[in-house]
Amino acid sequence: MSGHRAEGGRAAEGVRVIRSRTVVLPVADVDTDQIVPARFLTTTSREGLGRALFADWRYDAMGRPRADFVLNRPEAADCGILVAGPNFGCGSSREHAAWALLDAGFRAVVSSSIADIFFTNALKNGLVPVRADAETHAWLLSHPGAVAEVDVARGMLRLPGGREAPFALDPFARHCLVQGLDELGYLLSRLPDIQAWENTRRA
Amino acid sequence: MTALTLFEKIWRAHEVLPETAEAPAVLYVDLHLTHEVTSPQAFTLLAARGLRVHRPERTLATLDHATPTESQQVFGGVPIRMESAARQIAALEENCAAAGIELFGLRDARRGIVHVIGPEQGLTQPGMTIVCGDSHTSTHGAFGTLAFGIGSTEVAHVFATQCLLQRKPRTLAVDIQGRLPAGTSAKDLVLALIGRIGVAGGAGQVIEYRGPAIRALSMEERMTVCNMSIEAGARAGMIAPDQTTFEYLRGRPRAPQGDAWGRALERWRRLPGDEGCTFDRVVEFDAAAVEPMISYGTNPGMVVPITGQVPAAEGESFRKALHYMGFEPGETLAGRPIDLVFVGSCTNARLSDLRQAASLLRGRKVARGVRMLIVPGSQQVKQAAEAEGLHTVFIEAGAEWRESGCSMCVGINGDIAAPGRYVVSTSNRNFEGRQGQGARTLLASPATAAACAVTGRICDPREFAA
Repeated sequence: MSGHRAEGGRAAEGVRVIRSRTVVLPVADVDTDQIVPARFLTTTSREGLGRALFADWRYDAMGRPRADFVLNRPEAADCGILVAGPNFGCGSSREHAAWALLDAGFRAVVSSSIADIFFTNALKNGLVPVRADAETHAWLLSHPGAVAEVDVARGMLRLPGGREAPFALDPFARHCLVQGLDELGYLLSRLPDIQAWENTRRA
Repeated sequence: MTALTLFEKIWRAHEVLPETAEAPAVLYVDLHLTHEVTSPQAFTLLAARGLRVHRPERTLATLDHATPTESQQVFGGVPIRMESAARQIAALEENCAAAGIELFGLRDARRGIVHVIGPEQGLTQPGMTIVCGDSHTSTHGAFGTLAFGIGSTEVAHVFATQCLLQRKPRTLAVDIQGRLPAGTSAKDLVLALIGRIGVAGGAGQVIEYRGPAIRALSMEERMTVCNMSIEAGARAGMIAPDQTTFEYLRGRPRAPQGDAWGRALERWRRLPGDEGCTFDRVVEFDAAAVEPMISYGTNPGMVVPITGQVPAAEGESFRKALHYMGFEPGETLAGRPIDLVFVGSCTNARLSDLRQAASLLRGRKVARGVRMLIVPGSQQVKQAAEAEGLHTVFIEAGAEWRESGCSMCVGINGDIAAPGRYVVSTSNRNFEGRQGQGARTLLASPATAAACAVTGRICDPREFAA
């Protein structure tokens, strides 16, 4: 699995194009409690959460890998793009979900819909959330292991056979992803505006 | 002039910089709430960047998620059993002390679940923007605030700048006509609504709940409704402030006092949406048709009236959910044995919730073999419940009466159920493993939970109607 990590809250390097085989988790409404079960939240760090990723689906009660879970199959190794059912990442706001996916080597998540808080958390860490159109999503779901290309800079999803599908990404988020900038830097650059606003409001 | 919605008025009043095609709005945050579980990484990020907390006086911290609810662990006698929780608590204490952030600490009489204490203290006030590293921040919308959950990186953004970068969400009006029938509650109303619009029905949108059914609700009931907005996938949920709101806030410790109260009222009365304001989408809902609800699956949209049957549906996700729950399509839920009952959480652990549970438990016993936990939403709620003798009702019924905290709603504080067990829970999420690995959650109202506790089975609380 590739070593892209978000460090200290900033995307350490820009993300332009992600090219990888996909792993398909054809489950709808995957909540963040499944992505990282709550018992892993009692950490004060964001590191090392890859072991928690889908823990209750990946391992049985004895901690042995479940052979039938898609992420445990040999062909899932080194896949950097996760394709999941609609409404991926719903529920809890835990950013641990994005950290765990990154730590396990994922660099993009593709679904027809991605829950709002998870979507934001993913962007903050350089994990690319792709909301694909229904047809493209259906194609990806039915072609696990396909080599896909997420072109962040152009907002384009490229599939085998020359298939292309644009996906929407806020221009600001795209700029931050591509340049490896973090939003905190931008906000900090606006502190004078913020302070002026605070002063006006107080008056 | 354009007719504005409640949401648009609050949004505009907090735009430090409006959004453009190139950049999101810089939105000011009036009140930031924080707790031990999603804040440590934010403080680490600040430290790594050498940043200070910009407006520490606008943040309040509390201990709730990982904090134990067993009295001895809170007040001494035995140490906090989970070492990781003890570490998180210590980290929040240190971080708050260093940053000058007010913390309602472990033994503070004002401590409690983050979404219970804000309103209780009168910190949550109409027209505010409120955020917290917790998705149930939508609770505060009951006061006519724009309140939503954020991740830990955004928690750091708020610490550092008191602002967030936000794209303007769309608006959804949920118009609720009629009145809730006797024997039903705000919890049943919101579960029925999520069942109707689905767990992604509110995605990308801020919900405003309107109509006579909403007007008739108390503040505590309104909080229950707004709390569950995130379970419909919504960014936030809100209710326009009215006399009920103002009466609730009057005299609370952190509410405006004296002349400031009068000025605040003037401002707050201007908040409701203007005549003729429009929403991106409107959903109509009838409260009069609501029945006591219960969940049968593994997300809060999988609900049926308690007298109903598990539906049949296609698809791998549906089959997976029923397999996890041990239910079959077409099965009648009422009468199924249960193992545990949890009354608590930011959804249903305020005084009125405890009163509902108590009125059903009074003079009765929790069924043999069933464990019941009653966990007040805050230490203030606990004190108020004890002042009217509710704890005696609970204890005599055989329930456990505990210290405040998230308890079995999040299952990271020692309060969990064993694999395979059925838990009737007044909390907000029936996700797989939410209340312990393999545990099966049945979401319901406090009255339903109490009825189930007494009978040891899934039970319609209306059977106990006087």
